[in-house]
Amino acid sequence: MLVNPDFVDEVKRSEEFNASACMNCGVCTAVCPMGIELLPRKLFRYVLLGIKDRVLENVETIYSCLLCRMCEANCPAKVRIAENVRTLRYYINKKVFKL
Amino acid sequence: MPLPTGETIGILTDNLRIRNSVLPISAKKAAGWAKSLDLPKGGETILYTGLMYQLIPYIAAMSKAQEKIEDSWLAGFIKIGRYLNKAINISAFMAVPSKNMRAAYNQILVDIVRLLRRAGVGFGYLYGEELYSGALVYDLGMDDVFEAHARKVYHLFKKYGVKKVITVDPHSTNMLKSVYPSFIKEYDLEVKSYLEVLAERNLEPENKLGMEVVIHDSCVYARAEGVLSEPRTLLAKAGIIVKEPADAGKFTFCCGGPAESLFPKKAAANAGKRVEQIKKAAKNGVTMCPVCFVNLQKAAGGEVFLKDISSYLAEAYCAKNSIV
Repeated sequence: MLVNPDFVDEVKRSEEFNASACMNCGVCTAVCPMGIELLPRKLFRYVLLGIKDRVLENVETIYSCLLCRMCEANCPAKVRIAENVRTLRYYINKKVFKL
Repeated sequence: MPLPTGETIGILTDNLRIRNSVLPISAKKAAGWAKSLDLPKGGETILYTGLMYQLIPYIAAMSKAQEKIEDSWLAGFIKIGRYLNKAINISAFMAVPSKNMRAAYNQILVDIVRLLRRAGVGFGYLYGEELYSGALVYDLGMDDVFEAHARKVYHLFKKYGVKKVITVDPHSTNMLKSVYPSFIKEYDLEVKSYLEVLAERNLEPENKLGMEVVIHDSCVYARAEGVLSEPRTLLAKAGIIVKEPADAGKFTFCCGGPAESLFPKKAAANAGKRVEQIKKAAKNGVTMCPVCFVNLQKAAGGEVFLKDISSYLAEAYCAKNSIV
């Protein structure tokens, strides 16, 4: 598994990307209407740890998020989950889809 | 093969960049609903539809075509479709909605005008010049194209001297009220949903409807814009007993609609879960977002009778067949 410590800086466009505030409690996963087990806590952890391959293996999941903010409404750490997911989409659009 | 995500986003974004809408429709079709309403063009206060209600019948037709393509060998041809789409608007061939569906969605806008007039609110409309807000492209993370489009919309408002905007749906409200200001420094428009405007006016109903209706809150109104009490107040005053489903208010359960453009089957599955919750609360339902309305109605299959909130409100607050 390749780990790239600079990956998070490559992804984040501003301090709005606050994935590091996540305390891994799992509430987001429990309340997700789509039943997305990966989002957002594991996914954000991959970004923070720099496991780029794992992030890119989960493109479908990243775009399946409804941005409905049910997770945000329940998040005790006030992680801006929807904005963080959008940030990942922005990155993938540029780097993977070349849009 | 599922729909190729990158190519589908590419088509939607190309459409916004080249044709000003993710699913381009003619100005005549977009503004046709207002032709006999005698609304002034432009003005300090305008009604902004963001083309959302007008686009839904076309999106529904497109989504039917997409469902056939999704998981079939045809999905492999979307890449070629993207190249073709740059020269020819391919959605014009793929998305042909029924006249009845277009008429029903147009009527929602007419009812909103009737309600605002009943409340004594004066406003103009930009007719065929009105532009889509760019909400879907923003959600998909295409921020550079979105920002350029948002500036185009803002400059159009400035050209017509607009200061206040009345919106009709949660997605356009969120874009104009909360998202545009983060992209446009000089942004100075006052934005309110028509539900907020009506609730402020303290209208008295012409008829009390006397029925039970289960409310489905829009995620965007409930969690991004805090529009929660307004629809409840307006419905209750109209004589409606508002029933709350499981996962209501700030914790409303998404209709699944935002997944429609890339994963129609996932969108339908989510809508099905929400319909199950709604039908346990009452047989009549109310939505306040065109995306929720179309997605839930498709999943309801006659088990729940859904209406847009404007239909109930117009029935209660406006004299029958009134235009003014």
